[in-house]
Amino acid sequence: MLSADIQVVLPEIVLAVYAMIALLGAVYTSKDGMASILVWATSAVMVLLALWVGTDSGTQVAFGGMFVDDGFARFAKVMILLSAAAVLLMSEGYMLRHGLLRFEYPLLVALATVGMMVMVSAGDLMALYMGLELQSLALYVVASLRRDSQKSTEAGLKYFVLGALSSGLLLYGASLTYGFAGTTLFSGIVEATSDKPSLGLLFGLVFLLAGFAFKVSAAPFHMWTPDVYEGSPTPVTAFFATAPKVAAMALFARVVFDAFGGIVGDWQQIVAFLSVISMFLGAVAAIGQTNIKRLMAYSSIAHMGFALMGLASGTAFGVQAMLIYMAIYVTMNIGTFAFIMSMEKDGRVVTDIASLNMYSKREPLKAGAMLFLLFSLAGVPPFLGFFGKLYVLRAAYEGGLAWLAIAGVVASVIGAFYYLRIVYFMYFGEEREALDPGMSPVLWGFLMASAAIMLGGVVNMFGIEPMAAFAAAALVN
Amino acid sequence: MGNLLSLTTFIPLLGAAILALFLRGDDEAAQRNAKWVAFATTVFCFVVSLFILFEFDPSNTDFQFVEDGEWLLGLRYRMGVDGISILFVMLTTFLMPLVIASCWDVTTRVKEYMIAFLVLETLMLGVFMALDMVLFYLFFEAGLIPMFLIIGIWGGKNRIYASFKFFLYTFLGSVLMLVAMVAMFAQAGTTCIGGCGDGVSLLTYNFSSEAFPLLGMQVMGGMQTMLFLAFFASFAVKMPMWPVHTWLPDAHVQAPTAGSVVLAAILLKMGGYGFLRFSLPMFPVATDIWAPLVLWMSAIAIVYTSLVALVQSDMKKLIAYSSVAHMGYVTMGIFAVNQQGLDGAIFQMISHGFVSGALFLCVGVIYDRMHTREIDAYGGLVNRMPAYAMIFMLFTMANVGLPGTSGFIGEFLTLMGVFQVNTWVAMVATTGVILSAAYALWLYRRVVMGDLIKEALRSITDMTRRERAIFAPLVFMTLLLGVYPALVTDIIGPSVSALVDHVDVAVADYDAASQFAEN
Repeated sequence: MLSADIQVVLPEIVLAVYAMIALLGAVYTSKDGMASILVWATSAVMVLLALWVGTDSGTQVAFGGMFVDDGFARFAKVMILLSAAAVLLMSEGYMLRHGLLRFEYPLLVALATVGMMVMVSAGDLMALYMGLELQSLALYVVASLRRDSQKSTEAGLKYFVLGALSSGLLLYGASLTYGFAGTTLFSGIVEATSDKPSLGLLFGLVFLLAGFAFKVSAAPFHMWTPDVYEGSPTPVTAFFATAPKVAAMALFARVVFDAFGGIVGDWQQIVAFLSVISMFLGAVAAIGQTNIKRLMAYSSIAHMGFALMGLASGTAFGVQAMLIYMAIYVTMNIGTFAFIMSMEKDGRVVTDIASLNMYSKREPLKAGAMLFLLFSLAGVPPFLGFFGKLYVLRAAYEGGLAWLAIAGVVASVIGAFYYLRIVYFMYFGEEREALDPGMSPVLWGFLMASAAIMLGGVVNMFGIEPMAAFAAAALVN
Repeated sequence: MGNLLSLTTFIPLLGAAILALFLRGDDEAAQRNAKWVAFATTVFCFVVSLFILFEFDPSNTDFQFVEDGEWLLGLRYRMGVDGISILFVMLTTFLMPLVIASCWDVTTRVKEYMIAFLVLETLMLGVFMALDMVLFYLFFEAGLIPMFLIIGIWGGKNRIYASFKFFLYTFLGSVLMLVAMVAMFAQAGTTCIGGCGDGVSLLTYNFSSEAFPLLGMQVMGGMQTMLFLAFFASFAVKMPMWPVHTWLPDAHVQAPTAGSVVLAAILLKMGGYGFLRFSLPMFPVATDIWAPLVLWMSAIAIVYTSLVALVQSDMKKLIAYSSVAHMGYVTMGIFAVNQQGLDGAIFQMISHGFVSGALFLCVGVIYDRMHTREIDAYGGLVNRMPAYAMIFMLFTMANVGLPGTSGFIGEFLTLMGVFQVNTWVAMVATTGVILSAAYALWLYRRVVMGDLIKEALRSITDMTRRERAIFAPLVFMTLLLGVYPALVTDIIGPSVSALVDHVDVAVADYDAASQFAEN
């Protein structure tokens, strides 16, 4: 029995054991000297695990329903593993140049990834919380990786305090749910809500959703995002913007469909509300930003709003739309952050968007790739970002939320302004001091690949569509 | 030649890819190469598109040369042309070589400039050929990107403001259309516009016109009205119709000459084409309900923007306002929903493509020499530039609508169409003809006639051979269509009458149904 259970969680165990062995190995040998090797090794392990997880099939349940390994979890896990590996690879050069490459970094990322994998597979409130905290604790530490920088420590501390608050909300919601449903298993909660759910259970649901909204940085629980994005070292910001967002969004979907799938009407309005204010806040608040990392923070808030629009529809198609949206979002962000990491002047990091003045004249190719990514982020066809929006709009409309779809497109017009502003600096601005030329081959590769995917994906999205449909069907039935 | 349409559409993109990948350097030789590659590409594209025209059968009102392929999300890659769209395709391929030739003197970032125009050509052709709603939207919307860059990078002093206004204005219009498309997809279960084989076609799908309550009011025409208005928001901005035309003068004034030509001659036509392809056939009942309002908006547009054109001191702005006025005739003709009105609207769009394009080129000719567009800076050009004066005269007259030029046919047919539907609108709009004569002739007098007293103009030179060569095809087409309009109306006629019949039948059904409900 136990061996069968272990069989199911083997990928998570492998990654966790790898992280711990590597940690011991590094501590007892050359410490930071091994960091580069560890980065590559960790990425390799993650890619291999993604292949392993991705080729599995069927639905297995372990530990009496606490851990679920189904198509949905696997889709999310592959996304998480691949994006974490990509961010690790991108960050190596940057960290090395700025003296940040400590051996803990890849291992903390690996542990956070284990947490995320547990999150998306959780079938029980306890498993959920364990995964979430493992992820969060690792992330708090990476946020303050630059120990001698006030901003970085501030980011870590802010993230920790607010994160703890949200975990508190979540736990409170979980305990209410437990109290009124009599179980922490999602399958049990569904039964408890099958006839008219008690008020206490609904309160539990609201608190749980508030906690998740914090993790996906949906407004009005977004306050930590801009500060943490700005303060953390750029590779860490890139990591925050990708894998944890996927994990939190998948967890969100998991809980609302697996545990509260019987009372769609009750959470639908909350999710729609989160969605609409995230979209508008992300669009409006980013207009005044001059720091590209803060700008990307607001951009990610707006994008989470769109992904939540898919969830708000409460249908399998909505989940599929959300998954596709997240996959496109992650790809775009990896490319964009690859570019941001290369922004340097005289060897020092710059994040001011005005420093991109007339970038296109000196580096036409890279500027062109960024142009693709920015228009894709804005959701302008023919780039993939548009198709992501099309999916969620369709899901929302078919879910009876036409008003949300209209609000979403209006927000996307407002949001287009700040992406256009970056284009303006790169293409129309006056020529002033230039950024340092050159870019490491790894970053260059990720930037170009991501831009190429944005255009090439228009043909058939590389077949991700049926996979997402399968994953969504596994979750919603 | 199974995929003639795709071939035509993607030849320019191929040319752009060749430029992007294989052309290096920014010296004079590289710039010349870029221009020649772009020119050759557009000419080749035009030649290929001629095959479409020759093999097109006007008597067949179905879509021809239909291509169909798999795409994502249950959408299809579907292209085809019918009598309504084919002439827009031809207009685009015909004008693009001239546009490229007109930017021969550009020296800043030539390669990118050529790429932008080639990409834009692909997207414009795609708009006129797409037979899948979302494919149409994709081309329609993507066209904003190269135009945004053309205005923003190569534009005038105030180009940043103009480019942002252009982008955001038109983007806001079209996203509402996107929601409407999603709604139509949900209701009809297809995104196929036409040439769908056995499947449902949006052109013949009967969208619900049953009134429903919204915010305490009954929405006449129901779902059709909602969809109609969403599409209207998009096409009216693109057209542009009064009162949402304000982006156009800014964009025109700031855009480089070639950009203005494309904008006026082709991009504006997407709005009119959209009305013909979507609004009329898909929402006939809503069209019937809203047509009076649109007719009056058009009449106001014609008179108001003509008056505004009178007081302009910038030549490009004047022509931009005159474009808005002429587009007023187009919307008026379209929403008259009869054979003459629609024939006239399409004719007017084609003719305006040649005439306004030529007028912007005319402004470009003297702008290249004097670097100002202020009318006051000119005067008496006829003394130094006789050939220029001739050509400018011809297009001024065509703009006014002098019989014998193509401008006359379009205006006359639309006015005739509207007269049958709403006499008052036709009367108001007719005053626009007089006003257009006023502003166009006055412009001509101030710029070309009189004595050459301005010191700076003494050394101005007449048109070069290249410039004359660019104008020659435009002069030819303007006069040819002016004396032999059947060339156009023969091709569009059957498709237009099929469209008019379709709308009439749908409206009659609706009226009969509501009569029945009342009794």
